[in-house]
Order: sequence, then C-alpha cells, then structure tokens
Amino acid sequence: MSTHSTPAGPARGPKGQPTITTAAPARDAAAAEALAPQAAAAPWLGNAIRRPEAGALIGTISVFVFFMIFGGAKFISAGGIASWVNVASELGIIALPVGLLMIAGELDLSVGSVLAASSITLAIVSGHYNAPLALGIVAALAVGLAAGLINGIVATRTKVPSFIVTLGMNFALAGLTLGLSVILAGSTSVSVNPDPVSKHIFGALVAGKFEIAIFWWIAELAVVAWLLHQSRYGNWIFAIGGDSDSARATGIRTDRVKIALFMGSGLGAALVGVIETCLYNGAQVSNGQSFVFNSIIAVVVGGVLLTGGYGSVIGVLLGTLTFAIVNQGIYYTGFDSDWASLILGVLLLAAVLLNNTFRKLATSNAPGTRKKARA
Amino acid sequence: MSTLLTVTDVSKFYGPTQVLTGISLKVEPGHVLCLLGDNGAGKSTLIKILSGVTPPTSGTVEVNGTPVTFESPKDAGAHGIATVHQYGGTFPLMSIGRSFFVGAEPLKRWGPLQRFDKKTANAIAVREVRSLGITRVTDGSRLVGGLSGGERQALAIARAVYFGANVLILDEPTSALGVKEAAHVLRIIMQVRQKGVAVVFVTHNVTHAMTVGDHFAVLIHGALAADFRKGERSREEITDLMAGGETMAELEAEIAAYQDQHDGHTPPPQ
Repeated sequence: MSTHSTPAGPARGPKGQPTITTAAPARDAAAAEALAPQAAAAPWLGNAIRRPEAGALIGTISVFVFFMIFGGAKFISAGGIASWVNVASELGIIALPVGLLMIAGELDLSVGSVLAASSITLAIVSGHYNAPLALGIVAALAVGLAAGLINGIVATRTKVPSFIVTLGMNFALAGLTLGLSVILAGSTSVSVNPDPVSKHIFGALVAGKFEIAIFWWIAELAVVAWLLHQSRYGNWIFAIGGDSDSARATGIRTDRVKIALFMGSGLGAALVGVIETCLYNGAQVSNGQSFVFNSIIAVVVGGVLLTGGYGSVIGVLLGTLTFAIVNQGIYYTGFDSDWASLILGVLLLAAVLLNNTFRKLATSNAPGTRKKARA
Repeated sequence: MSTLLTVTDVSKFYGPTQVLTGISLKVEPGHVLCLLGDNGAGKSTLIKILSGVTPPTSGTVEVNGTPVTFESPKDAGAHGIATVHQYGGTFPLMSIGRSFFVGAEPLKRWGPLQRFDKKTANAIAVREVRSLGITRVTDGSRLVGGLSGGERQALAIARAVYFGANVLILDEPTSALGVKEAAHVLRIIMQVRQKGVAVVFVTHNVTHAMTVGDHFAVLIHGALAADFRKGERSREEITDLMAGGETMAELEAEIAAYQDQHDGHTPPPQ
C-alpha cells in the first residue's frame, strides 16, 4: 500500500507561496537513473516497517479482526460497515487537515467549535432568514476559513503555542456561537430545510445507509495525499515540522504555510458542519466538540508525531478507521458500549508506543548510528 | 588571488553592549580561515553577520569587491554564502533526498500539476554525499536520523556546495563529534577547499584548526586579537591567546602557590 500512487486532485496549495525555482542541473537526470536500482534492491519488509503508518496498519487490522470475532456477521454486514465508515468519513474530513497541521508542528483544538459555528451559521442564514442554501453554505465555509486564519495569524505572530491559541478559540467561538444563536434565532437549535440539490450533495444517504460524506472524504484524501506526498508543499510541511528555523533559512515562508494549514483545518471542520446540517436538517450549538480529541486520537494513532515532522496520509486514514471501528464495533459485541472508551484509551497509548518503536527502527537502520529518535 | 568576502571594520552593538569591535577579515577562495575564540568571544555574532541573520551596526561586508547588505540567510545564500551549523541543520525525520532539497525541490510535470521529483532528489543527494567520501549512504529514501553526526555534517556541506556556495561557514562542525568522526569532517573540509570554496571554520579546538587552516583569526572579547597565516604561531601560542593567555598562566600560578603552602595538595572544591 503506497501513498505515492494516489490519484491526483487539484493541488490545494498554500495561497500566495513564492515560486522557488529548482537549481537542479540537467546532468542530474542521468544520476537518478544510475542510482535507482540500488535503492530498489532494499528488502520489501524492511522498507515497509520503516514507513510512518506501519504501526497504524497493525492497529487497524487488530481491531478489525477483534470486532469481526466478537461482533460477528452483523459487524461486516452492509449496515455494520456503514455504521463505522460513516463515523470514519466525518472524522476523516477533519482528521486529514488536522494531521497536516500536526506534521507541521501545530495543533488545532478549535475544530469542535468551528464545526458548531459553521453549522449554526448555515442554519441561521438559510433556515432562520430563508436565504438560498448556497449562500448559507458559503457563509458557513467562510466561518471555518476565518477561524483558521485567526488561529494561524495569532499562533505565528505571537509565538503563543497553538495548543493555547486554538483552545482559546474553541471556548471563545463556542461562547460566540451560543450567544449569537440565541440573539438572532432565539434558540440554541435551529432547523433548516435544504433544497434537493444541496441535500443530495451534502446530506444524502447512498443506498439508504452510506453518508455522502464518504465521497467528500475520498476526494479530500486524494487532494491531501497529493499535497503532502507528491507536491513540494508537502516537503515544506515536513521541514517546518522538523525544524521551523532551518526551514525558514532555506527560504520557505513558514508563517504563510502554517496559516494556510490552519485555514485548511477550519475548512475541514466547516465542511463537516455543512454536511451534518444538511443531513439532520438543522444545527445545534453543542455539536462537534467530540471531534476535538477524536481527530487528535485518529491522527496520533495513525503514526503522526505529536511534535511534528513525521507522518503520512495513509497513516491518518488508518488511524481514522481504527477509531471508527472501535467506536462503532462495540455495539455489535455483547459488551456494554461503555467499554469503547477504555479500548480507545489503551489503544491510543499502545499505538503511540508502537509508533515510537517503528520510528526508532526507521532512524537507526544502519550500523554505527548514534542519533536517537525523538520520542 | 582575489578575495571572495571582505569584512572591513565591522562592529556590532546589542543595545549598549558592544559585542564586536572593528573586525576586519579577508576570505579567499580555496583557503580555510579558522575563526578561533573562547565562548562569548563574539564568534557567533560574527557568523550571524556573515550569514545574513543580523546586520552589523557599523562597517562593511563586501562580496567579490561589491558592498552588500544581507536581508536574510536566504539573501546571503544568493550571494554564495552558506552556513552549516553544529547539528547540520538537517531534518532527522525526513529522508536524505527530501532533506537535501528543502525549499528548492526539483519538479516534474505531472499533467497540469508539478510533482516533486523524489527519484531525482534521492539520486542527487546520494551522489553528492558519496562524493565527499560517505560511502555508507546508498539509499536517498532513508531517514537522515539514521546517519551519524559526521555524516549529517557531510550531508549539510554537500547540500551547501551543490547549491553553489562559494563561501562555506562551518559553525563548530567538529565539537559534537567523536575523534574519528571529527577527522572525517576535517577531511571533507579539505576536499571542499580543493574545489575552490572558501571555508570559514569556526572552532575552539586548536588541533582541528591547525590541521586544516591556512589562515587564523583569534577573537577575544569581540576584538581581533591575532590574525596570522599557517606556521606563523605555535600551538601553545594559539591556545594561550584563545584562553586569554594571562588567565591560564594566572590560574597555574595560583594553584602552584597553593600547593607550596599546603604540602603539595591541590585546592579543595569550593
């Protein structure tokens, strides 16, 4: 399984990036050919366990097998699969940009309130004031981008850790959403009737079970995989997360890249806000807070290093699936659903330990090495 | 031989504190200038000025005879001045190829998009590092974290030379390394020197400096205490200069006096 063969989507690059021309002379093409066979001769398994998603794959397979055994046929029936893929798709839409941000060394704890704010915005604009739904959707997505822009500007200009900046944003925006919702709509819960086209695009159920969000997730996977693993922006993201100062010294506009990534995670959260509002024909101010930690769990279980510089899109995909399987699989077993959190907690710790082990393997692959992998 | 980089009467103040006083130096192609000095002597500040991190308060920096003002390290790089820091400035969790081309990725058309050409990046990075004698590196997709300290220095030096550095500033490249690794880095410095690159080698290890240096400058309290060519001073003279000479002699005299009064015992720890 390789992220390098992912189909291309339009590259959602950071806006206004400077164009850095490559200094590679023509003679280098020949060197690429000459040395390629040597690289390809490395053993397959050795390379596989050096990938960031090695631990995540083991985690996903383990929980899948576990719930297949204890959940029985219903867990892998169409309805069973839909239940965890639906959860995975909504979480995944947020976890992917949160993962990119974490690889760049920043956290976003504001996705919960951004989701609520954007979904309430859509419901108030198009439900309470009866504006066209398209206008509400644009407003909702703009709320997400604006929250990300503010997060990004504050975090990069003030040097206050993004943990604090986005935690503050999560509370501030929750308060703002609640206050404005009550003032404008007189309620903390606003309903809206999406037109058939919008309902189809954002809130439909395919075959009566599968949320349309799954397709949004797949499209986003393609775009983010391209961005991180195929475009030069991906190289900048890894460099910024690895050593921001060295990255800046090579000419990368690190602040702009980070602001763009914060806007990306705001947009992801807002998109799920729109999807949920169209799916459930309404919005509540309390929606979305579970995504704050669930997205981080998915990303970290997926092998992304909490402090940045290391991770993969395939890993985030597997981490998201693992989370969703545990979260929903428990209902197909005879166990009380209260146990799901216990499993998730233990799984998180186990996954991080496993990922640390694999990362050490990846950075100590040769004899005579002295450098320790960062925990 | 023409002078690549000329520093004339450079001073630097941080607020009211003067950290550099009237430094004048010349850096020539194919020569190794060793910048020696104790901690706090002003070596780091001088490097920051040369590498574009901070401007001098007064004085001029000239590249090929033209006065320049660096806006940023990137700008200094555009003038052919590259700096490699003690830990290499590389990214331990990135692959060798990715790390080598950060900020200057080779691109390949892929439909309407530009793809980062990792195959070329890996091959060039491996070739350039191997050209400096690091033969253990064969796969550019391996992580930089798997390299030793000396190999990482080699990677950073190879990168700087590949991207057209005429002046290579090495900030304490050997001080975090073991004896063998340090020797390897010194050999790499000689190789780079042979390519006609001017090297500014910052160190407080006199042995390392004497091994590769053509030209020596000793900084004490922000001033140029000595500026001489290879063979003009002995190792002891340089060591004395670096340690502030008198300070070391005073300490020795103090200990000797104490031993005289206390039956040859050394002073107890305080």
